[in-house]
Order: sequence, then C-alpha cells, then structure tokens
Amino acid sequence: MQITVNVNGTEHARVIEPRLLLIHFIRDELGLTGSHWGCDTSNCGACVVWLDETPVKSCTVLAAMADGRNVMTVEGLGSDRGLDVVQQAFARCHGLQCGFCTPGMMLTARWLLDHHPDPSDAEIREALSGQICRCTGYENIVRSVRWAAEQQAVNNHGQQP
Amino acid sequence: MQVPAYVEYEKATSVQHALTLLARFGPEARILAGGHSLIPMMKLRLAQPETLIDINALTDLRYIKATGGELRIGAMTRHADLLSSALAGQHFAILHDAERVIADPIVRLWGTVGGSLCQADPSEDLSAAFAALKATMVIASLDGTRTVSARQFHVGPFETVVEPGEILTEIRIAIEPGGGSAYEKVGRRVGDWPVGAAGAAVWLDGAGDSRAGGSKAGDSKAGDSKAGDSKAGDSIREARIGLTAVGAEHFSAAAAEEFLRGAPASEESYARAGQIAAEHCNPVSDQRGPAEYKRHLACELTVRALRRAVARAAAGPGGVT
Repeated sequence: MQITVNVNGTEHARVIEPRLLLIHFIRDELGLTGSHWGCDTSNCGACVVWLDETPVKSCTVLAAMADGRNVMTVEGLGSDRGLDVVQQAFARCHGLQCGFCTPGMMLTARWLLDHHPDPSDAEIREALSGQICRCTGYENIVRSVRWAAEQQAVNNHGQQP
Repeated sequence: MQVPAYVEYEKATSVQHALTLLARFGPEARILAGGHSLIPMMKLRLAQPETLIDINALTDLRYIKATGGELRIGAMTRHADLLSSALAGQHFAILHDAERVIADPIVRLWGTVGGSLCQADPSEDLSAAFAALKATMVIASLDGTRTVSARQFHVGPFETVVEPGEILTEIRIAIEPGGGSAYEKVGRRVGDWPVGAAGAAVWLDGAGDSRAGGSKAGDSKAGDSKAGDSKAGDSIREARIGLTAVGAEHFSAAAAEEFLRGAPASEESYARAGQIAAEHCNPVSDQRGPAEYKRHLACELTVRALRRAVARAAAGPGGVT
C-alpha cells in the first residue's frame, strides 16, 4: 500500500507492507536513525516519536496508521535557530550517559512542558514513567527537564515587551 | 525482531464504513483501534488476522458526555481522555483511580477504552471497573445496535460477545446520586498488568437523598456542612464489586455484593465482604504471583476499595478522599 507521512515537516510517500511498524519506517525507509528501536514490546520508550499532537511508542504503531498524519522525531526537535531548550537541558545537565533512551526522553519531555510548563519533580517522573534508562541516570534526566522548564520560563519572560 | 505476520489493511472512515468492511472481509478481519494490545499480540502470533480495519479516523466515537441520566463514553476514547475527564471523575472516581494505573502515560495517550475492553485480557483493569459500575455496552452491526451488560460482555479470556461483523461503539453508566466508588490495584511495577485489583461502587442508605447527587454534582450542595458528617450510622443500600486478574466470574463478586446490601458501612462488613469475594475467586499461579497471594489480594483490595468508596459516598461530590 502507498502511504504519505509528513515527518519533521517533509512529506514522504512510500509503498509499504501494511505490517511495517512505524519505527522501522522511520529508521529503515527514511534513514532517520535518531529514533531508537529498543524493547519491541512498548515497555522501554526508546522509540517514542510524536504522531500528530502526542508522543507514541512507534514500535506499537503501524506505519499505515501514520498515513496522512504528521510525525516528529528527535531530528525535528530543534530548528534552524538551534537546539530545543530540552536538548540544551540534557546536554547541560548531563541528562544522558549512553544516549539510547535520550531521543524518547526528550520528545516526552517536550510534550510535558507544552502541557505543564512548570511541572513538579513528581510530575516529571510520572510523565517519564513509561520510559526506561538502563544507565539508570534518572536523577539527571529529571534535573534536565526541570532546568528546561526554568529556562523556558526565562526565555518566554524575556520575550515580553 | 518482532513484526506482525502479513496482513491486509483498510482504513474506515465511519462506523457504517467499518461495518461494511467487516462484512466484506469476514470473521478473520479485526478492528484496529489504538493497537496497543492487538499489535503486540500480532507480533507474538497470538493474533493473526487476515485484515486490519483501522478505526482511528472515527473521531465521532471519541467522547465523554453525561446525557439521559447516563455517563456515555465513546469506544475510541483514549485512556488519557478518560483520566483527564473531570466529568467522568466527578461521577465515578473509580474510573480515574483505574486509569491512573493502566499502562504508562505514553501508552494511555493512544490506547483506547473500547480496545481494552474488546481485547478482553483476563487482567484488564477497565473490565473490573465497568463490572463494578454495572455498565452497559453498546454494540453496533449493519442490522442496528444492541446492548449488553458489562458483566455479560466477556465469554472467556480474550473473548467477548462482540460477533464478527459487530463493533463496540459506546459504554454507558447510569448516574445514580449519592454513590461513591474506588479502585485498588497491586502491580509489580509501573505500567504492568495487575497481580490483583478490585473496584467498588457503593450507595449509602439515608445518605444519597440528602446530598448533592450524581447529575447535579458540582452544584452548591457540594460544600454543605452535612457532607461527610453522618457516616457512622450509615448502612449500605447497594454495593457493587469488580475484580480482575483473580479469576472472578464476570469480573465481579456477586455473593459479596449480596452480603453487603443492608449491612452497616463498617470495617467488619468490608472484611467479611472481602473474604466472600476471595472465596469465590479462582486465581491461577503465574509469573505475577502464586494463587494464594492473589486470593489474599482479592480480599484485601476489596476491603480497601469498599473503605474508600464509602468514604467518598459519605463525603459527597465535593468531598476529597
């Protein structure tokens, strides 16, 4: 079947088998290897991407289900102006060790901050509870999201007239 | 690498279209809602449909509304929708209790209420919650719609009364004023299926009438001084108990419910009801725990759910527990 998916602002049309999973479409068909293929059982969250307005575990979504929709991967998180504040935060606060879980963590963090600009540590941990860091670097991940929230508040305040 | 076996795919654009597709592709076609149960099952070859009929475009099945004295939940409502619905929480706190411990926040954004029910996992949380609420399932086919009680919805593990050619479209719960409800679950870790879980919905005698009730919840009465201060002498007018993962028939505990009707709202009553509920369970030992532990959970979690449901019923719609 033919599908057309807008990934990070660019339309991609491909002929696929309906059984193709979204994570493999993104990595193997489009060559966007920032999204990681982890547990394959929707437990680890390494494969999280945005499908339209929400994060999803792309190992548990068919590429066919993304037909006509928008996908955002970690490659689309930043912009021409530079890294997203969440990416800056993970770099600054050492929010990664091996980096395998990082793309998914950042995409979920972005979604959290879009909906809760000032989350508590408990809310950050709850939001990330479907994602696993096998380096167990959770303290720094939570610290990164916290820093991103604070930095975002400063940035937004700075834009006020 | 886990991938589903070869499958055909169709995208439905309306309920009618989905039903037409089901009729065309026959009994080996399966409805694909959020897919967060079905796709893992397909990876493991535990499900091997010939055709998937994707109903994610049916946004008209994604709603939560109070109408006709009922809370009505569309089958394509995502778990996160139900968890964030003030309307659902105000009438049936059990739904928020349960949703808070279903899977994880990312899975809840995409998994659907109807999909979870139709998957019919014997450990499904919502099956117990809706059994406790004696919900009604609305099932559509090309011939029209029919309704089935939540307690008659499942015919066995991973099997429901939804026939080939039919789709679950809506869940309805009667709004009866003066009640309280709660859900208690023990799991091994965040996002896991329960080792055991129990839900309860209760209505107290002499309590419901004097307090702000169901459909009027949120009115001025919510802050009444009466709310929550007359619990000691209350008796239980009606109690409903849902159980999951412990081999309870129809995801419920009918004998314990019968015992509770007219009983005082007391710790002794909860304890006895918990015992009765556990006696009627048939748990099996597996990787989540031995049968005897699950039976213990059936008892203890029934007690906790009853305790919290009664406290909520006594506190009234404005109460915080």
